[in-house]
Amino acid sequence: MNQTGKEKNPNLKKISGIKMKSIGVLMTCPMHKYLEQQLETHFNLFKLWHCNSSITEFLKTHQGNTIRAVVGDTNIGADAELIASFPNLEIVASYSVGLDKIDLRKCEEKGIRVANTPDVLTDDVADLAIGLILGVLRRICASDEYVRIGKWKDADFGLATKFSGKSVGIVGLGRIGTAIAKRAEAFGCSISYFSRSQKPFANYKFYSNIIDLATSCQILIVACALTEETRHIINREVIDALGPKGILINIGRGAHVDETELVSALLEGRLGGAGLDVYENEPEVPEELLGLGNVVLQPHVGSDTVETSDAMADLVISNLKAHFSNKPLLTPVI
Amino acid sequence: MAESTDCHKAQQDFPKVLILKPIPFINLVSEQYFASNKFTFLEAYDSSLPLHQFLSTHSPSIKAILSSVGAPPITADILHLLPEVGLVVTTSVGLNQVDLLECRRRGIKVANAGSIFSDDVADFAVGLLIDVLRKVSASDGYVRKGLWATKGDYPLGSKLGGKRIGIVGLGNIGFAVAKRLEAFRCSISYNSRKRKPHVSYPFYESVCELAANCDVLVICCELTDQTHHMINKEVLSALGKEGVIVNIGRGAIINEEEMVQCLVQGEIAGAGLDVFENEPDVPLELFAMDNVVLSPHVAVFTPESFLRFKGPRGWESGSFLLK
Repeated sequence: MNQTGKEKNPNLKKISGIKMKSIGVLMTCPMHKYLEQQLETHFNLFKLWHCNSSITEFLKTHQGNTIRAVVGDTNIGADAELIASFPNLEIVASYSVGLDKIDLRKCEEKGIRVANTPDVLTDDVADLAIGLILGVLRRICASDEYVRIGKWKDADFGLATKFSGKSVGIVGLGRIGTAIAKRAEAFGCSISYFSRSQKPFANYKFYSNIIDLATSCQILIVACALTEETRHIINREVIDALGPKGILINIGRGAHVDETELVSALLEGRLGGAGLDVYENEPEVPEELLGLGNVVLQPHVGSDTVETSDAMADLVISNLKAHFSNKPLLTPVI
Repeated sequence: MAESTDCHKAQQDFPKVLILKPIPFINLVSEQYFASNKFTFLEAYDSSLPLHQFLSTHSPSIKAILSSVGAPPITADILHLLPEVGLVVTTSVGLNQVDLLECRRRGIKVANAGSIFSDDVADFAVGLLIDVLRKVSASDGYVRKGLWATKGDYPLGSKLGGKRIGIVGLGNIGFAVAKRLEAFRCSISYNSRKRKPHVSYPFYESVCELAANCDVLVICCELTDQTHHMINKEVLSALGKEGVIVNIGRGAIINEEEMVQCLVQGEIAGAGLDVFENEPDVPLELFAMDNVVLSPHVAVFTPESFLRFKGPRGWESGSFLLK
């Protein structure tokens, strides 16, 4: 037995390489060129969008049992239909930290591993949250437009609002929420938060009720995971509590916010402004927002930097390699 | 009736504060905030008289001058016409529009906005930087034009965390910028007239050396003879093709023509600019670039800080000197 082990070890890497190249991995949609290239290099990559992004189409020309891994993202993850279509599916590696597009219950049922990309994107998302606050309060985007269309020659730009020293309320004090808090503190902001439970090591004021949080702060930031409990957690009541001088920042998921209520609150002046990176039906953005000067609209770019996209891709690849080498996942969810 | 005449007469005897150009945004904040029972304003720009004549007419009662960004320079010539002036106050931090040498010679006190606006300017500098690196304004425009749905995702930006920030001028504003960017996991170094003794950030003797060792240059210094066009092609080349420059100081600290060329030729990666050499004129080449964020000299302006300007540390302490 020892001899067999010794014989196998020197060739383990080579055998693993060949073995891995034959493993069927399905990428659900275009995410990042570098990730695609890496997947192609290391595995037998199938691209769902070549079959109109339809599982049914895919199964017309491919055997379902070829697929042992799925790489999904915030657009297309792994729902019950997909999981059911691939009987040999062992792992879902998400190119995201959010898990709302993955049927976690089904994965658990079938013993399918799930991995995501936490930590590597925390800084970028937190940076963007602050960028959105400054964009809305200091009207940076609006003033850039003002200069470009030549209005500065006619008149000075109007006043904006100060950021430093304002009170910030964070919904969800996880990794991203904590990173946002740290940044806002450097601007002299007071921090409070609402979370499922009080965090023992957080030195910020905890509210067990989101309405109380919204009432107490001037800037409300959504930074929690999307679950059944947090769907439309920002509703009319919360928006009204935040008020005409308050601003809402959403770098979580579009479904965290009742978008219809948000739009009417902004149009009616019941909410002071909003900085949004996510929407209920991306890439659709409510038309009413497109002409407003007190909003900043981003096309879901929270982690979209070259550095972070590559780091996320590397993490996806590492998780897949670890799984297929029978090693522990680097960032397991299930 | 007699009372109001007396009142009016008394007001006429008040020392006058000369204003050569309307204070920006004062109409938005309300002149009431600058009212006082110690002096009245004398608006030179409202008069049909040529300036020199106006000043000669009123000079005995002009005790102070209130200046602001973009106001006509307070030159030795103007000061010669005003022998009673004892104080120049500006709503700006910058003093490049005041002949400081002449003021010193005459014993005229000069007061600026001190550190009241430092937070606002620093906030704006950080906002500009995040916008340039993460393409916030550019992708906001992309969404508003409906291109996200039709053309797909916007090109990737660049991560702020881990970037090396070079602060040019580590005064109140520079320090406030540094403190903020440290929270974003940036490393800070600086160039200043002199090394600051109690500061742990690495100091570089020359701005060129600073540029060569950082990814982002933030201009936070004053405009003086020494800093005029200090940021030139040489400095920008040292900053490099991945480098970004943010200017919340004065336009003329940068050789604007050379900077534009560097941007056009891709010698630097981007710029966030609140100030320009000939405001409100902005080089046309910049309008076509999506790696540049432009703002109309507003880094300092928030109503909250303007109101503080009236407070104990601001205007009132200046007016105290008139008594």
